[in-house]
Amino acid sequence: MSKEMMYGEAMAAAITEEMQRDADVVFYGQNMAMTERDPMLKMFGRNRVRIAPISETAEIGVAVGAAITGLRPIVELWMSEFMLVAMDQVLNEAPRLRYMSGGQVKVPLVLKAGYGFAAGWGGQHSNCLYHTMMGIPGLKVALPSTPADAKGLMAAAIRDNNPVVYLHHYMLTLDTGEVPDGEHLVPLGVADIKRAGSDVTIVATGWMVKKSLAAAEQLAREGISAEVIDPRTLAPLDVETIVKSVKKTGRLVLVDQAPRHSSAAAVIAAEVAEKGFDHLRAPVVMVTALDAPVPYGEPLENYLLPNEDKIAQAVRSVVGERVRASA
Amino acid sequence: MPRRKVLGKDRLIWIYIQMIRIREFEEHVKRTFLEHPGAMRGHTHLADGAEASIVGALATRDTGDFVMPSYRCHGQPIVLGTSPRKMMAELYGRKDGLCKGFGGSMHLADPEHLFPGTSAIVGQSIAHAAGAALTAQVKNTGQIVYCFFGDGSSKQGAFFETLNLAAIWKLPVVFILENNEYQAYTHVGLEDANAQAGDPLSQKSAAFSIPGATVDGTDPLLVYNAVAKAAERARAGLGPSLIESKFYRFSAHGNAITVPPIPTQFPEHEAIGVYGNKVEYRAAKERDPIPRFRARLLSQNILKEGELQRIDDNARMEMDDAVQFALASPHPAPEEATNYVYA
Repeated sequence: MSKEMMYGEAMAAAITEEMQRDADVVFYGQNMAMTERDPMLKMFGRNRVRIAPISETAEIGVAVGAAITGLRPIVELWMSEFMLVAMDQVLNEAPRLRYMSGGQVKVPLVLKAGYGFAAGWGGQHSNCLYHTMMGIPGLKVALPSTPADAKGLMAAAIRDNNPVVYLHHYMLTLDTGEVPDGEHLVPLGVADIKRAGSDVTIVATGWMVKKSLAAAEQLAREGISAEVIDPRTLAPLDVETIVKSVKKTGRLVLVDQAPRHSSAAAVIAAEVAEKGFDHLRAPVVMVTALDAPVPYGEPLENYLLPNEDKIAQAVRSVVGERVRASA
Repeated sequence: MPRRKVLGKDRLIWIYIQMIRIREFEEHVKRTFLEHPGAMRGHTHLADGAEASIVGALATRDTGDFVMPSYRCHGQPIVLGTSPRKMMAELYGRKDGLCKGFGGSMHLADPEHLFPGTSAIVGQSIAHAAGAALTAQVKNTGQIVYCFFGDGSSKQGAFFETLNLAAIWKLPVVFILENNEYQAYTHVGLEDANAQAGDPLSQKSAAFSIPGATVDGTDPLLVYNAVAKAAERARAGLGPSLIESKFYRFSAHGNAITVPPIPTQFPEHEAIGVYGNKVEYRAAKERDPIPRFRARLLSQNILKEGELQRIDDNARMEMDDAVQFALASPHPAPEEATNYVYA
């Protein structure tokens, strides 16, 4: 059984269901559960649902300490940039403690944050910072692109015994889709083929999956068959599924909302260069944000970010005349 | 009312034994740099001078309570019952080390003995300690957390953020600020607003409307009394307190930072090596907590000289054995390096 839900709702449903399932799960953050009317607070009480001060270092550090002693904290951080003031805890505490202890402790926690808010939030609230996190051994990074994945990845993140940065895309919050009822787990580290195709592989995450699917639709009308893959987690990264697709299509377009050199695309390109080089029939192309901070004004923002047309154009450039001729 | 007002004879002896065990462990670590150069890598920080403060504080502890020290973390586990053999082997990076050679001196962890780990980034473990207290509070276990950190840490954002959060959530934690007068190499008066104004560092507690006290950290019984009060408050669900325990670290901040192949060892204490203040250092040494507490046990007829001597000898032999154990332990297999990344 499934029902249509919004992406934001699906994510919240996973938190509620996991908190019902496991009394060790606690949930806290700034500006949440402020009144007794809060539904989470009503359901789980002030012991497990808390208001935190604007103190990311303490919020995340407390989660680390709670995790190594037996809780499964979820920290509501609202925006991924807010983690920047607590980067030691995110990059140098949570993912290190298990290893440094020789495997004696585990650090099961979820850092939940929105990202990529391309709606005029300007230079400091619209960013994609996952590149900084995906290369840190010990840390997992999940970023759902559909309501079903939003639920399944959140549930899996809460049950995972490692620190997981769960990044939800603000621009997808109101998108609807079918979401399985009850227990729904999307394993961390397994990519999903969102659209099957044979001429080119497009890899994208978050909002860019939606844009890539729209581009694929446009390209299909031109006789170009694009396969769209969503890795769903950047750490662990399912390189195998991507390489397998490239072996089939021989072409790779990487779509990423982050600037070029801080994109996941750059890492995926390197993996494919090493593991799939012999199968490539065209250079790998990256469609990323331009190398500038995210501007405020709408035309400026639109110009900077990848969109359906840029993706379609990149695909056309690697597919070339051959496909069109044979179509 | 505090539950423990007067410490019995056995408890006083226990305090002395733990103090001398810490001192002997640290003396053996320090000697390693000369006797087994290259055996210990990176950076090592010692607790000599902190013995009365550590043991006095932990004498108030109930069996199930968590203990979260900073990267200066050799003293607390010794009191908790962690094997000095395993600790020494960890410092030597060996397979039989507490953390199988993955942690080193700065990252000891022994969750079995309620010591879940450390951070070696100044101040960050203060937040972890509050997290352990959150676990105790949510699960209603009755445990409290002893959080140790240096005076330098009390200038970190993690300190201010965590004390505020711990206060509003009434977390069962005792914050023990070990003021050894030097943050790494800089004298506290040069980097702490309270110290510069001639005020105690415990004054910081006022910013969070929690109790604060400053105590002579060279006397285990004074530390005991101050921490017992804070521990009672935490156990009663009234929240955290801040105890500033003042003592003097007898060794330099850490071994000298050298680049291989130049061997490293402990330099002179900063008072002498940096500030040229031999008088200060000598005065502090005269207040060494260990001979003072030893003399007190002797003068109060709690132990005879021969009995004290036996305790001292046992501690020395225990740590000799720890060194031998560490030296005999194999190095971990190189390919183990990718273990324990994920659970």
